[in-house]
Parts: sequence; C-alpha cells; structure tokens
Amino acid sequence: MAEPLLDIRGLKTWFKTDDGMVRAVDGVSLSIDRGETLGVVGESGCGKTVTARSVLKLIDMPPGRFEAGEILWQGRDLIPLDESEMNKIRAREIAIIFQEPMTSLNPVYTVGDQIAEVIELHQKLSRKQAMVGAAEMLKLVNIPNPERRVNDYPHQFSGGMRQRVMIAMALSCQPKLLIADEPTTALDVTIQAQILELMQEMKERFGMAIMLITHAMGVVAETTQRVVVMYAGKVVEEAPVEALFGDPRHPYTQGLIRSIPRVDRSAGRQARLESIPGTVPSLLNPPPGCRFAARCRYVMPACTQAIPPLKEVAPGHKVACIL
Amino acid sequence: MIPSLLGISLVLFTVLAMAPGDPFEELATNPAVPPEVRAALRAKFGLDDPVWTRYLHWLAAMLQGDWGFSFVSRMDVDKLILQRLPVTLIVIGSSQIIAILVALPVGVLAATRPYSLFDQIANTLAFVGFSLPTFFTGLLFILVFSIQLDWLPFVYRANIDATGWQFYWEHIKQSIMPVMVLGLFQGASLVRFVRSSVLDVIKLDYVTTARSKGIGERKVITKHVVRNALIPVVTLVALQLPIVFGGAIVTEQIFRVPGIGSLLISSMLSNDTPVVMAVTFVIACLVVFFNLLADIIYGWLDPRISYR
Amino acid sequence: MAGSTPASLTADAPASAVAQPRKSRPTSPWQEAWRRFRRHRLAVASGVVLLLLVATVALGPFIWPVAINDIDFAAKLQGPSWAHPLGTDDLGQDLLARLIYGGRISLAVGLAAMVVAVVVGVVVGALAGMSAGWVDAALMWLTDLFLALPLLPLLLLLMYLFRDHFKRLFGVEGGAFILIVVVIGGLRWMQVARLVRAQFLSLREKEFVEAARALGASKLRLVVGHILPNALGPVIVAGTIDVAAAIIAESTLSFLGLGFPSDIPTWGSVLRDAKDYLDIAPHWALFPGAAIFLAVITINFMGDGLRDALDPRRVL
Repeated sequence: MAEPLLDIRGLKTWFKTDDGMVRAVDGVSLSIDRGETLGVVGESGCGKTVTARSVLKLIDMPPGRFEAGEILWQGRDLIPLDESEMNKIRAREIAIIFQEPMTSLNPVYTVGDQIAEVIELHQKLSRKQAMVGAAEMLKLVNIPNPERRVNDYPHQFSGGMRQRVMIAMALSCQPKLLIADEPTTALDVTIQAQILELMQEMKERFGMAIMLITHAMGVVAETTQRVVVMYAGKVVEEAPVEALFGDPRHPYTQGLIRSIPRVDRSAGRQARLESIPGTVPSLLNPPPGCRFAARCRYVMPACTQAIPPLKEVAPGHKVACIL
Repeated sequence: MIPSLLGISLVLFTVLAMAPGDPFEELATNPAVPPEVRAALRAKFGLDDPVWTRYLHWLAAMLQGDWGFSFVSRMDVDKLILQRLPVTLIVIGSSQIIAILVALPVGVLAATRPYSLFDQIANTLAFVGFSLPTFFTGLLFILVFSIQLDWLPFVYRANIDATGWQFYWEHIKQSIMPVMVLGLFQGASLVRFVRSSVLDVIKLDYVTTARSKGIGERKVITKHVVRNALIPVVTLVALQLPIVFGGAIVTEQIFRVPGIGSLLISSMLSNDTPVVMAVTFVIACLVVFFNLLADIIYGWLDPRISYR
Repeated sequence: MAGSTPASLTADAPASAVAQPRKSRPTSPWQEAWRRFRRHRLAVASGVVLLLLVATVALGPFIWPVAINDIDFAAKLQGPSWAHPLGTDDLGQDLLARLIYGGRISLAVGLAAMVVAVVVGVVVGALAGMSAGWVDAALMWLTDLFLALPLLPLLLLLMYLFRDHFKRLFGVEGGAFILIVVVIGGLRWMQVARLVRAQFLSLREKEFVEAARALGASKLRLVVGHILPNALGPVIVAGTIDVAAAIIAESTLSFLGLGFPSDIPTWGSVLRDAKDYLDIAPHWALFPGAAIFLAVITINFMGDGLRDALDPRRVL
C-alpha cells in the first residue's frame, strides 16, 4: 500500500493553563491518502480544530505544546521542524481554511493582494503576475467579475463569497492537502451546499486530499470517503463512510447518527429529536478509562478502568470500545 | 468641524463674559492709555451691550482677522501670534514624530514578546515616563544636561548670530531638550497603547490566516498586524493633542521658548486680555483641526470607512 | 485558539485556557477581583507605598512638628541634614515640613477633583443613558464639546479670570482650593459620563432590569440599585486615573504661577520657587518633584492593577 500523505501518530497537544494541563488532543492517530477526503467529526471541544491546527503548527506554543506523537507528512515528521521549514510547507503543500469567513481575511488589504501574497511567495512570481494569478483563482471559485473584484476589500463581499476567496487563497499554490475546519458552519444552508460543491470541484481538478472537519453528520455522509470520529481528545471510531453509517460500532457514533434530524419520518415513531445525555468531560482532568463512559448507554464496570484501545473490527474499520 | 469651532468659541466667550470685573480695568492704571481709548475699546468690545451682540461682534471681528491690539507688546495681536506660532508648531511636531518613532517599534516588540524581560522593562519605563510631570522632567534635563554636563543651553535664543551649519546646529542644540521632554512624555503613553493595540490584533483570526500562508512571522507582524493596530493609535494621537499642547505650554515656560504657549502665560500674568482670548482661540482651533486630520487619516488607513 | 494575555503587564503571568474548567469553590465577583488584583505585584506594592505616603502626609506634623514658615536666613539653601532632612529653601524654611503640609493639599485636591469629576460624570451619564432621545443627544454633544477643549489652556484661562474673585469670597487658601477643584473636576467628568452612559444603554434592556421593573421598582431604585453597581468597575478605574491627572494638573498650575501662591507650599508651588535655584540648590526642586512623581506613579500602577482586576476583558 502506498505511503499515506499525512500520517498523524499518537499526537498529544496539551495546553498549560492556570488551572492545570488541558489535554486538548490526547493520543490521536489518523491518516489521509493521496486524493482522499477524510471527515473528522465530533462535538465542539473534542479536539478536532486543535488537531487540524497542529498539523500546520498554528498553535501558540507558549501555552500549547506537543507532548507526544508524530505528524508525518509524506514520511517526514513536521513536529521538529523550525519555522522557516514549516513556512515552506504552509500553503504550498498543506493549506487550511477556517470556520469564520467574516473575520478570516485582513480588512485593510484587497482580496487580490491577499491571494497574490501567497502566489508571489511560493511561486516566486512578480507582483503583477501574482495579481493576474489571483484574478484567475477568483474566476476558478466562481466569483463573478473577477478582474474587477480582485481590487475589492473583504468587507465588500458576503460571507459565502468570502469563503470562496479563502478557498481561492488556499488553493492558489495547488497544495496536496486542504484542511477545511468547519468551512460551512457559519454559512447559510444554501451557500453551504455551494461551497461543498466547489470544494469537490477543486478536489477533482487538482487531485488534492481534503481533511474535512465538521460536526454535521449530513455533510460527512455526502462528501467524505472515510471518517474519523473524535471524542474528548481521542479517536473513538474510524471507518469508510458507508461502513460508519451502515454499521456504527461505537456508542458515541451511534448516538451521533441517531441525533440527525430526519424530515422524512413523520410523527409517530421518531417524533422526538434524540440527543446524547450528559456533557463532555473535562479535558483538564480526564476520567480514567473510557471517556464516553459517563454518557454511554451500554456502560459496564470495565469501561471506567482502562481506556479501550483502537481495535480493527472489520477491514478499515477501527473502534475504541470493549463491545 | 464648524460646529465644534463655534461651540468652543461660545464656551470661551461665555467664560470671559462671566468673568467678574472689567477686563480692561488694568488699562485704567496704564498711563499710556487715555480714557477715551478705553471707552472706545469698551464700545468696540461692546462691553455695555447684551452678551448676544458682544459674542457676535467678537466672532465677526475674529473671522475678519481683526484680533485686537496687545497693549503689553504694542502690536496687533494677529501679528504677535503669527510671529510665535511657528516655533510652537515645530516643537510640537518634532516631539510627536520622535514619540511615534520610539513608541511604535518598542510597543510592537513588547507585544510580540509579552511578559519577556524587554516587555517588563519597556512597560515600567513607560509608566515612569508618563508619571513624571513635564515640568519636572524639564527641570531634571536642565539640571543634568545644562548645569552638570554643560552640553546644552537652556535658554532659548530666537536670534542666533551664526550662519550656515552653525546656525542650524545652535538651533537644534537648544531645541533638543524641550522636544525630548515632550516627545518622551507622549512616547511613554503611546508605547502602552501601541502594545495593547497590537496585542488585540494579534489574536484575531486573520492573523492566523496570514501565518497559515507561510509568509513568516516577521512579515505577519509588520505587514498584517501593524497596519491594523495603527488605526486606533492614530485616533489616540489626535485625542492626546490637547494634552500635548498643555505640555508645550509648560516646556515653553521652562526653556523660555518663544512660542504661543509662553505667550499665553505671559499675557495672563500681565493681564493682556485680547492676547489671552486670541491665543486660547488659536489653540482650540488647532486642536479641532488636528482632530479633523486624524479623522481623515483614519479613513485613509481603514478601507471600511468611506469618508463622506 | 491562541491563549489570551491580560492587558496589563503588571500581572505576573498570562492566564490562558482552551477549555474553561469549573472552579473548585464559588467566589463573589469582588473576591475574584481582589484575587486578580493581588497577582499584580507592582500594583500591590504601589498601594502600600501610596498608603505610606498618605500616612506621612496625614500624621507628619505630629511626628515632625516643625513650622512651615520659620524663616531662618542663617540656614538658607542647605542640603539635607539632620536638622532639616530634606534641606531648606532660600528663606531657610524647612522643606520636609513644607512638603508634608503641601502634600495634604496636593493629595486633597486630587481626591476632591476626582469626586467632582465622578459625581458630575455619573449624573450626566445616568441622565443621558436613561433618557435617550433629545436629552441624550444634547448631553452627548456637550460631552464631545468638552472633550475637544484643550485642558491646560482652559484651566489657565479659568484660573486667570476667577482667581481673585474666589480669593475674595473664600480666602486665599480656600478660594484657590475650591476653584482648582471645581475647574479640574469640571474638565474631567466626560470619560466617566461616557462609561456610565454605555453601561446604562447596555443594561437598560437586560432581563434583570425588566424583572425588577415588573416587581414595581421605581426608576431611581433601578438606577441606584441595579445599574450603577455594574458600572462601578470601570468608574473606579477612571476615578483612579483622575486622581493622578488632578494632582499633575494642580502642580502644573501652581508651577506656572496660576495655582496656589508661593506661601502655600503645595508641591507645584515649591517647585516654582525652586526652579531658579537649580544650580546652587538642586535638592529644593528634586524633593517636591520626586514627591509628585511618587504619588502619581503609585496611583497609576494601582489603576493598572484595578483595571485588570475589575475589567479583565478590556484592553486599556
């Protein structure tokens, strides 16, 4: 089997706070192959965003630190790399787009400027050429009137358009991996669909891999090939998307799938919206044993004693549960 | 801007109108001013008219450039002011430039290394800087640089007989201390403000985006952060201008710089009312003007503001 | 995602958290504020120094019972000695005694001016915040106008015009005191007014106010009991800065000759007399200047600590 593009092994990203060590990511392993779309799902606070930002080392290092683990990019560990080395990888090999398009662009520079900045740097083009490239990228992401709009400021675009600009900026150097951290959460539903479609288009055009982080199971079902489910800083299940929805093994995954609102079921059998009772445990003092134990409907005494390891129960399907 | 100016002039005039006593009674004791002239002055200033007309007359006179006559200096007030204004503007201008040149890099550096030794020292020095009243700093400077070290003259002489380089050098030597006193005071409060403005900006989302583009931390700071952090700083500099003028008045007194600040004091101490009124008005106008300038610069720096 | 840094540098260490853990024991907001304040070593140290300063000034005459205007030409312009720990001036008067006496006035002026500024500011801000409509607009216009006025020139102007009048009404010392306090306070209320008004505007529509109103609370009760306490934090911080600013303003006025006259030895007026003797008697200028500096810097540090303690979200 070919070497995975990105291989995160046992990553632990912890944060030092006044009240102790917050273990935001506590032993996460996942991998993405060339051209594959991996979905990373979980509730807010489960460590998805920290994982994503850890890959590009965008975490503030004084409070944050890499306690353990490796992040292998095409076989090379990114963690020991210094800033100048990382800068060669950022945007050129791995790009990232964020959740809040309204605040993710610098308000005092034109969008053309901001896209051209990346092109200039990584492709060593002149300013003029880079601006032309920027206009082309805008065209690619279906922004009307790209030559004119390249000189507009972010506040002159709507939320959906700004996200397109972000995508244009991220893809301008044709990275091999795009990390999308909840790219559509802040957008209207109709715009969401457009953005996801755009990402799919770009993926096909450039052959990139995508790490799609989201808490919306519906999005995952439609766009990803494999899925990783995270809970309280750890991976609890990993499977190809059909297997995940067809045969979810971890109680948390089952809960997540059950809680998707279904408009096709009429009143009667499934009248109430299901939710998982309880709240996420503290990442400061994680409980011993399985972290989902407090909310699990199948909990047994053994669950609270030791953390269940990730076991392969079917080809490509791993679960961290003793069931 | 016009409403502000009108408002300020109204306030000034009301203050003067409320002042007990006759602003011209001083002149009664001045033998050079015969009673008819005094009466004429009273009529001119309409001191016997209702406040309304007095204000309008005075405003009209001011706007027409007729600012009255100073009995103490024996010349027209507007000429007097024009003579002294440039010096003040130069001193204030250079001190502000120095303040910004010092505060900007120090503030940015301190913000990018929060709680480091550099930051703590910078912050403490800033506190010291703006807790020292300008007159005390001025005196200290004189003590050290003029008296102890004898490097710099502490009396400002407007006429220096020297030519060429010597002329400029002498002027610079005597301006250094007042400019530094003002500049350091302003710089001290600016450092803290720049630091907090940068700290504010550095946590914003678009800074993370900039980092994710791989352009390098230094460029992130100088290109993305500073530009945005400057915007509120500009506002602050404009808002602090009234204070700077106050500081200038004090420094001009200490170093005997012949600007409008010392003119204000001397005219107050000698009861030269027309000059007092005119100078206060000029200072107020300048403050309003600089506020307007700050608004324009703000609009230029921040593309989100469209200037009407 | 990045950690947050508290605004002020005088805090010891940054507090940052990705997930907010629950506190082990509940604390009242005031206790929380005190805890945060204690973290600022400089602020706490300054508080101690300031207390010492106030104590010296208050109790000084009892510990150092030397007259402030004992003229003694034989002892003039002497540097610090056992007989005169801070030296003497050109009339042989003891500087320590004079500075202690003057300190009372300078600090009292600072405090009183702050009270004036805060009271006026609270009243104006409350009126503006409660009324909305044209009253609010008019008051805000007035506030903006005052903010645009250059402080020192106007101070000087007012002192120039009214000093004699007040002297006649209230006596030399009293007159100068009242005038200076009213003038300084009257030119510093704007910041407080804005803060209070902002609090009013944001709290007016909040639920707990509605609830109180539903329970039949009168408008006054609402204002005093519910809204004002929430505005207290930023007002305290602004008030602290006002004290420092007032002390500087008074000493500047006295230094320029338009504040207290020479025979009343406030720190500023002593400096005015001392400035011509810098070359032969520097101690005469250094001590009052150092006193002003000490008072102002300790107040500023404390204000900084208070700002972080009472309002940790705001930066400046």
